[in-house]
Amino acid sequence: MENIKAIETRETKVNYLNNGYSIWSWLFTKDHKRIAIMYLISVSVFFLIGGLYAAAIRLELLTPQSDLFETGTYNKIFTHHGIMMVFFFLIPAIPATLGNFMIPIMIGAKDLAFPRINLLSLYIYWLGGIITLWALIKGGVDTGWTFYTPYSTTFSNGYVVLAGLGIFINGFSSILTGLNFIVTIHTMRAPGMTWFRLPLFVWAHYATSLVMILGTPVVAITILLVAVERIARIGIFDPSIGGDPILFQHLFWFYSHPAVYIMILPSMGVISELIANFSRKRIFGYEFIAFSSIAIAVFGFLVWGHHMFVSGQSIYAGLVFSFLTMVVAVPSAIKVFNWTATLYKGQISYDTPMLYALGFIGLFLIGGLTGLFLGSIGLNVHLTDTYFVVAHFHYVMVGGTVLGYLGGLHYWWPKMTGKMYSEFWGKISAMLIFVGFNLTFFPQFILGYLGMPRRYAAYPPELQVLNIFSTAGASVLGVGLVLPVIYLTLSLVLGKKASANPWLLPGLEWRTSSPPPTENFEETPVVTWEAYEFSEDNGLDIEKAKQELATA
Amino acid sequence: MQQQNYSWVPLFPERASSFAWEVDALYFYLVAISVFFTVLIVALIFYFAIRYREKEKFKSGAEIHGSLLLETTWTAIPFVISMTIFLGGAIVYYNQYRPPKDALEIYVVGKQWMWKIQHPTGQREINELHIPVNTKIKLIMTTEDVIHDFYIPAFRTKGDVVPGRYTTIWFEATKTGKYHLYCAEYCGLNHSGMVGWVYVMEKEEYERWLAGNVSNQTPVEVGKDLFEAKLGCASCHQQNDQGRGPTLVGLFGKEVKLNNGQKVTADEEYIRNSILNPQGQIVEGYQPIMPTFKGQVTEEQLVALVAYIKSLGTQPQSNATVMTASR
Repeated sequence: MENIKAIETRETKVNYLNNGYSIWSWLFTKDHKRIAIMYLISVSVFFLIGGLYAAAIRLELLTPQSDLFETGTYNKIFTHHGIMMVFFFLIPAIPATLGNFMIPIMIGAKDLAFPRINLLSLYIYWLGGIITLWALIKGGVDTGWTFYTPYSTTFSNGYVVLAGLGIFINGFSSILTGLNFIVTIHTMRAPGMTWFRLPLFVWAHYATSLVMILGTPVVAITILLVAVERIARIGIFDPSIGGDPILFQHLFWFYSHPAVYIMILPSMGVISELIANFSRKRIFGYEFIAFSSIAIAVFGFLVWGHHMFVSGQSIYAGLVFSFLTMVVAVPSAIKVFNWTATLYKGQISYDTPMLYALGFIGLFLIGGLTGLFLGSIGLNVHLTDTYFVVAHFHYVMVGGTVLGYLGGLHYWWPKMTGKMYSEFWGKISAMLIFVGFNLTFFPQFILGYLGMPRRYAAYPPELQVLNIFSTAGASVLGVGLVLPVIYLTLSLVLGKKASANPWLLPGLEWRTSSPPPTENFEETPVVTWEAYEFSEDNGLDIEKAKQELATA
Repeated sequence: MQQQNYSWVPLFPERASSFAWEVDALYFYLVAISVFFTVLIVALIFYFAIRYREKEKFKSGAEIHGSLLLETTWTAIPFVISMTIFLGGAIVYYNQYRPPKDALEIYVVGKQWMWKIQHPTGQREINELHIPVNTKIKLIMTTEDVIHDFYIPAFRTKGDVVPGRYTTIWFEATKTGKYHLYCAEYCGLNHSGMVGWVYVMEKEEYERWLAGNVSNQTPVEVGKDLFEAKLGCASCHQQNDQGRGPTLVGLFGKEVKLNNGQKVTADEEYIRNSILNPQGQIVEGYQPIMPTFKGQVTEEQLVALVAYIKSLGTQPQSNATVMTASR
């Protein structure tokens, strides 16, 4: 009892969490931190829904026959899994939660440039999410998340237009978030925070925002055209009424390939933070990492045709897209080498976030290298539309984005909530996720080379053993992903109080209290140090930070 | 028919076409590169992780900011390697997608959820494809409804089958046996049921198979019947240039001059478009008076018409194909 009282008196300091407890103080907040927390809860809900669909997929694939669900139900399940995960989890996961929370603090600003637009983007996300969920509940969609025409416009009986409407609306949320980040990073940096002192997390979000703003309108137009053809029967994509089905694929992938970079770039930003900070030294090749993000964003717009090598597009178009795909692999390779080199002569500690970061490098390495298999046009013919593709993009999306997201969430959790989580359970779950993930998806590379097509409810019996491995791995992965929900939530009640700088790091976010006050800093910081500056020049009162850490 | 035996856990697919080894060679090249870089990076991470683990709480690491030499090295090496992968892939792809001229042509029509196949000699089959070994086969494919994809893993090739146009793939089977045929492009409810078998047979056995299956009219005969009687095409497209439409004798493969000055090659796609959308491309010197046949001919009838018009061609090679194929 006495302890609790003591904590309560110490917590009288106003922070963004305790300055108002009513529901309205959350729903009408303009504070980027509160909006980020609401996003965090929302994306977690969508991740949970998407995850349940994934579990259903893996259960059906335990046996070669289509027996657990009817085939039509199975088709809806993998469609729903894809829609939930791609549009409502992977795309907003890091930018809208960690980016929203940390970018203003990391650049020394009080908030994003347009706080009301930030809140609007959350409402738009909710509206889009609810409409899409409604479509799924009413009867669902069975087109695959790719909505290929003319199946989606003429043949499917699902709620294509309604689900599309939700995705269409949700796109504006992305655009507004991207716009907000770009303006904020340009105009609201604290005195002394030059472009080349920005943490790489901020650079990665700048590149991501460019893609969000330039790419998202194209998918919005595409969905609109699908709806026009489906409702008004105006021939756009269906050849029986004068349209061109391949046109859809061009438009769709013009957005959806860059969208892959919306998902992975922020995660790479998180990893740069984790690797440098937990090695306690400057990142190796700062400028190369920063500009590789921009290069990925730019070249990412020029490679969409590599999804269409067997669609009947011209041989020469295919060759050009294959060439450009090989070029875009280089900046990703540069990042991996720089992260590895950063470890050299570091003082590396292995807290939970660092485990996620090292896991990320391993999985992203495999995800990236298998991307070369698929980008090599002669090999793509055999591999495309098989489980090799499924394995490849899960290595990038789950091994990349989800690990980066979880690493970042653990890293900034003490800052966001003011509480420390259980380090023991953190490490256990990081390792379960790594092992479970590999067991789930590595066998799928082999299945793919053997020729198992994706989106199959039934498959030849000789492929069962590998599918059993995959489902077994998915169970381990599932446990690994549920654990953080439990121990992170428990930490809010049982967790030790976090000091302002629990890891004694030099970034601006560690120079304000945990959780931060509504204005982020009591006074606007003046930056005189480089990013990841661990020398004496970083202006950090290390003794004070150590003392706080000891008494917390 | 020999039955394929699978080991307990298959790790590698059958290799049964002339270019399958090229695809596999590229695959192993990439596996080697991947293993090399994965082992290199993982070994470095483990070495650094142990060697440079925290010696003292909150001590700072070394002051190293970067190295232009290293950055250039690890930009240049991946670039060069990725270019070799690109070139390897380009060569393999070029071989895969340029059908040889002397191939045996078989027509494929996809339909939710089955493959309808017609041999030049008239035999039809569903979800099964019987072909002779060591013979170049070209598939001319289209679909009645949505996009499908004709995929034979053992041959390492696939091709999307797209409504409203013809796509082609080719292969030369090198080993007799029974191989999986899949639809690889999601096509709705029974997508995973749109599967079948490819039977590669010795040539003599294939001949016996052809003989044992009652041959309907060949596509050329069906097309001739449609052209001359059922659709009445011949009333305008006569044997000579005296009709209201251009003669189609000797048309296939030639260049056609249109009334807007453009020149197009009269290939399968052109013939198909001219039947379904005759106003789209008018031959120079003719009036746009031909009605559309859209909705009046099925995909299979279209295929037959194309085959018939091809048989009117003067191109010696395509004639030869028709002759040998129809025995």
